[in-house]
Amino acid sequence: MEIAMRDAWGNALVEKGKTHPELVVLDADVSGSTKSILFQKEFPSRFFNCGVAEANMVGTAAGLASAGFRPVVNAFAIFLALKGTDQIRNAIAYNNLPVIIAGAYGGLSDSYDGASHQSIADIAIMRAIPNLKVIVPSDSNQAEQALEYALKQESPVYIRLNRNPMPEIEKSEEFIKEKAIKMIDGNDITIISNGITASFALEASKELEEKGYSVELINSPFVKPLDEETILKSIRKTKKVITIEEHNIIGGFSSAVSESIVKNNVCCKFKAIGVEDTFTQTGDYKELLSFYGISKENIVNQALKILN
Amino acid sequence: MNKQEMKDKAFDIRCSIIKSIANCGSGHLGGAMSIVELLTYLYYEEMNIDPKNPTKKDRDKFVCSKGHAGPALYSVLADLEYFPIEWLNTLNMGGTRLPSHCDMNKTPGIDFTTGSLGQGISAAVGLALAQKLNKFNSYTYVLIGDGESQEGQVWEAAETANQWELDNLIAFTDFNKQQLDGYVKDILNLNKLKERWESFGWFVQQIDGHDFNQIEGAIRNAKETKGMPSMIILDTIKSKGYIPGENILENHHIKLSISDGEKAIEELKRREGRI
Ligand SMILES: Cc1ncc(C[n+]2csc(CCOP(=O)(O)OP(=O)(O)O)c2C)c(N)n1
Repeated sequence: MEIAMRDAWGNALVEKGKTHPELVVLDADVSGSTKSILFQKEFPSRFFNCGVAEANMVGTAAGLASAGFRPVVNAFAIFLALKGTDQIRNAIAYNNLPVIIAGAYGGLSDSYDGASHQSIADIAIMRAIPNLKVIVPSDSNQAEQALEYALKQESPVYIRLNRNPMPEIEKSEEFIKEKAIKMIDGNDITIISNGITASFALEASKELEEKGYSVELINSPFVKPLDEETILKSIRKTKKVITIEEHNIIGGFSSAVSESIVKNNVCCKFKAIGVEDTFTQTGDYKELLSFYGISKENIVNQALKILN
Repeated sequence: MNKQEMKDKAFDIRCSIIKSIANCGSGHLGGAMSIVELLTYLYYEEMNIDPKNPTKKDRDKFVCSKGHAGPALYSVLADLEYFPIEWLNTLNMGGTRLPSHCDMNKTPGIDFTTGSLGQGISAAVGLALAQKLNKFNSYTYVLIGDGESQEGQVWEAAETANQWELDNLIAFTDFNKQQLDGYVKDILNLNKLKERWESFGWFVQQIDGHDFNQIEGAIRNAKETKGMPSMIILDTIKSKGYIPGENILENHHIKLSISDGEKAIEELKRREGRI
């Protein structure tokens, strides 16, 4: 069954709240959207609505963390990662405080609120901050696993979430070992998905298999640290790679992969699928995704180009 | 326009907002409906603007800093023929020129792009400063939300506008006492809002934001006050005129069908004695 990632996230906060008395949850007037409201209902004394003031919320969380609490800050990814950047960098990451930064409505998933609310630069920014780990879960299971993982860290984690119900992929325990997940073994081309693009990549791989190609399909929820071992091993084998992400192709997941390819002197054909450095627009979510090339069809087309 | 004509216009604008949001299926109806009197007064009575020449350099400008109220402004701009009225039927649909949040790249008549709360008022400070630098005899009006006023940037803007004595900047707070998650007083109370703005060096008035006489008087006072920016706090009702959304907790983003919209318009007609 498809569960919206935000519902899974809200429920996971409640579950973890039961076993982690030090867990406190903050939100910036969007608790009904991020679903941190579920935690508020269960643990009203450990929930703090900071109002429409994201930067202050992030700074407050840094203080709470340095005093031994485990804060989870929730807001729309764009306003959390971009309005709170300085506080995330200087108050949280520099001091290596274990704050969990949960960016809701990532990518284009706040589709009807348009460009001002669609988050296509957050990964690039978060990735460039030392000490900060960056995860983009692909589905509800991974969102829960990401929380579980983050609570075990002694450093901050940025978890970029999605608003909508999306198809689930098979659950894997590899993920919380900071590993990329090998979904299909193959020899002709490597396809690596990040975030909710996983299900598109899976469908595309099936179609390519039907056309006679052997696809190695990998899902990498981690942008940082990147599981270079799994990823490069596959690329060394297939010598062709497609990355797909719900983000600008500048600075995000594809950049992380391509940097690692170049750094390790791996020679391959490479195509990054994502938003092509443009501001996005308002509309139906699935239509928007395919308009910007984040679709099964585009993966198949791009793969065929590289394969032939 | 006399006051009765303004009331009639405000009624028409309210119907138009309900229709366009119902046509789209959902939207920020609550925060759009609370500002209708203000927009009606500014756009039909007060502002020095020319819909035929929407980019005229020395025009008065309006920034809807709570950008999610865009649909209210679109209904006014369409009525003033800044763009074809049919555009309202495309509100917030793929490819539209009327997105949910104000966008000056897409919509004629929008003076500044907003959507990220707290930013519009700083841009308005810049617009007002530019009018002064250009020696234009024009005004910049800006509308912020009460929830929006929790953003620290709002108060940074307040300081600069005072420092630079921007008496051509007239700001409004849509004090509808509600934000997204609930009532402002429960989330982050805006203690002493009037005194707060006063302490930032602004000329502050607090009025009934649904009363045309009071809006007219307050703007006149603001224009007569020299050497400092003005804040007019509008006591308003969120969702005013979309009756099913009035006085309820969850009226920020409202789902409604076309027939819900039609029913609500009938209800409003009855309440205003228009049938
Ligand atoms: C920086 C930023 N944070 C969060 C949001 C999401 N958001 C949209 S409207 C809103 C509530 C605004 O409340 P208020 O200013 O009182 O507007 P009104 O109630 O009049 O609609 C929020 C939190 C946003 N648009 N921008």
